[in-house]
Amino acid sequence: MNWEILGIWLGAAVTLCLYSFLYRDNPFYKFVEHLFVGMSAGYWVIYSIYNVLIPNWWENLFPADGGFDAIWLVPGIFAMFMLARMVPKVAGLSRLALGMIVGTGAGLNMVTFFQSNALAQVKGTMISVAAGSVWEVFSSLVLVVGVVSGLVYFFFSKAHTGFVGRTANMGITILMVAFGASFGYTIMARLSLLIGRCTFLIEDWLPTIPAMLGLGG
Amino acid sequence: MTILRGVFPLLLALVLPGAMMAAGDGGARVMAVPIQPNVGVAIDLTASDNPNDAGGVINLEWAMDSGGVEPDSIGVVRLDPSGEADTLAVLPAGTVFYRDTTAVNGTEYTYKIVSYLGGKVAGVSETATAVASAQWLHSGRIGMLVILSIMAALILYYIETGKKGKELYIREIGGLAAVDDAVGRATEMGKPVLYIPGIMDMDDIQTIASMVILGRVARKTAEYGTTLLVPTSRSVVMSVAQEVVKEGYLQAGRPDAYVKENIQYLTDDQFGYAAGVDGIMVREKPAAIFLLGTFYAESLILAETGRSVGAIQIAGTAMPSQIPFFVAACDYTLIGEELFAASAYLSREPKLLGSLKGQDAAKLFFIVLIVLGVIASTVGQFWPPMATVADFLRDLVTVE
Repeated sequence: MNWEILGIWLGAAVTLCLYSFLYRDNPFYKFVEHLFVGMSAGYWVIYSIYNVLIPNWWENLFPADGGFDAIWLVPGIFAMFMLARMVPKVAGLSRLALGMIVGTGAGLNMVTFFQSNALAQVKGTMISVAAGSVWEVFSSLVLVVGVVSGLVYFFFSKAHTGFVGRTANMGITILMVAFGASFGYTIMARLSLLIGRCTFLIEDWLPTIPAMLGLGG
Repeated sequence: MTILRGVFPLLLALVLPGAMMAAGDGGARVMAVPIQPNVGVAIDLTASDNPNDAGGVINLEWAMDSGGVEPDSIGVVRLDPSGEADTLAVLPAGTVFYRDTTAVNGTEYTYKIVSYLGGKVAGVSETATAVASAQWLHSGRIGMLVILSIMAALILYYIETGKKGKELYIREIGGLAAVDDAVGRATEMGKPVLYIPGIMDMDDIQTIASMVILGRVARKTAEYGTTLLVPTSRSVVMSVAQEVVKEGYLQAGRPDAYVKENIQYLTDDQFGYAAGVDGIMVREKPAAIFLLGTFYAESLILAETGRSVGAIQIAGTAMPSQIPFFVAACDYTLIGEELFAASAYLSREPKLLGSLKGQDAAKLFFIVLIVLGVIASTVGQFWPPMATVADFLRDLVTVE
């Protein structure tokens, strides 16, 4: 047996163990699940050390051209604060680091989200609804009515009754149509993943069975 | 400058072996000089600080003299204040732009474009100088600053109004009204509540919103004496979730019921996490499952497994591609901004309600802006002055 065939059999075994979950929870699935979770957790620890901690912090603290950049002690201290959770007496220090992460994340995202999710959308909707062919006019109207009625649906200060209610209903209807299209599109992508696994089992794994059983090949 | 004029050709000759410098081609503004006759040289060279950045960048632009033989390549040469020359780059012939990203703020640099032919310097352009600097204000984002300031003012106004005791109305949000029912159902059935805060870290705004809702769910489970399980995909989220749940149990007067181990980290890996959570679902058989946060391809795997164990499921995310799966497989779904409104709706705190009212005012502003923009664009097709109005409105929301 060579290493390639061993790898194929391992991949097939793990795939079949995972698919056994479709029947019910069982020891095979449980074993592979724990293997998957444990291995990926270990992998991410190493990944974080070599792709985050060392290049983003250690190499800045001790630059390649020598010396020592003391400012990089600050994030190091905040990282130590996170570990302070393990010592009950100083566990409160971790809140400082958590506050920094949450505050920075919210602040940075506010500008990005506002730019891409609000202003760019508003600009893209300010279009003429009388330009182009009949179909283009119809598309433009759907876009404008969809955006405005969708915004009305997400208006929380007014009850969805009367004119506001009817507009909000139109908004959620258009949203649901969009979700339906997205659902179908994504299902197609998932099916291609399933086909990929089946192709592996049929074209890579099945042909190795006769050789493993000593039936020639 | 006089010294510079004399030194630059010498330095250039040292840096570029074989260079044949024309007398007097150094200095601030001298004419482009083809050393070999009929070889194209760079003309109209300009050097300028790159606008709206943190400094350290100088943009160089030039045109190529179209007459004569095209050089093989062109070089960008920089002279620093000490007189040291440095070839920054050798570019293909025909290039007319270069961005020097190695400039030091506040240092005046002199630049030249050198034409190469047959591996030798065949011509040198005129020189141009520039100083890199940082800008405090991004001129292309002033519109955003104005709109954000208006929004912030509105939010602060409504927060103050709420604090003064004025009742701030928020319409009913279906999925949120069911939160208490779901926890109650789990209590009656003697089964745990499973809370899944998505797979992103604490710098994600949806995870932050999810943590606020987790606080409310934790308080309810503490009051009812129901087990709350929170498997997380990020270690920092686990730490925050532990703090939030602990706080919820404290507020409910049940700090003794808090079990730290019920809030656990599984793995950062997307599908590893999905496999782990699926395992928890089929073994613990929770009666209520909350899927609130940022989800990607694992959303349907989680929601379908949750459905198969018969749990009541309340989901919420702002990921447009995942909402359809939650709509299909869950009992209640918070769509997009409803997730962010949830914290205000559940807590009824004046600060959060005021913030939500302020955001509603901003939405109203955008609706008016869109309607005006569409009218101006449409009418502008037939009456040009309105096209100017449409352009102004677009500029207002344009961010560079």
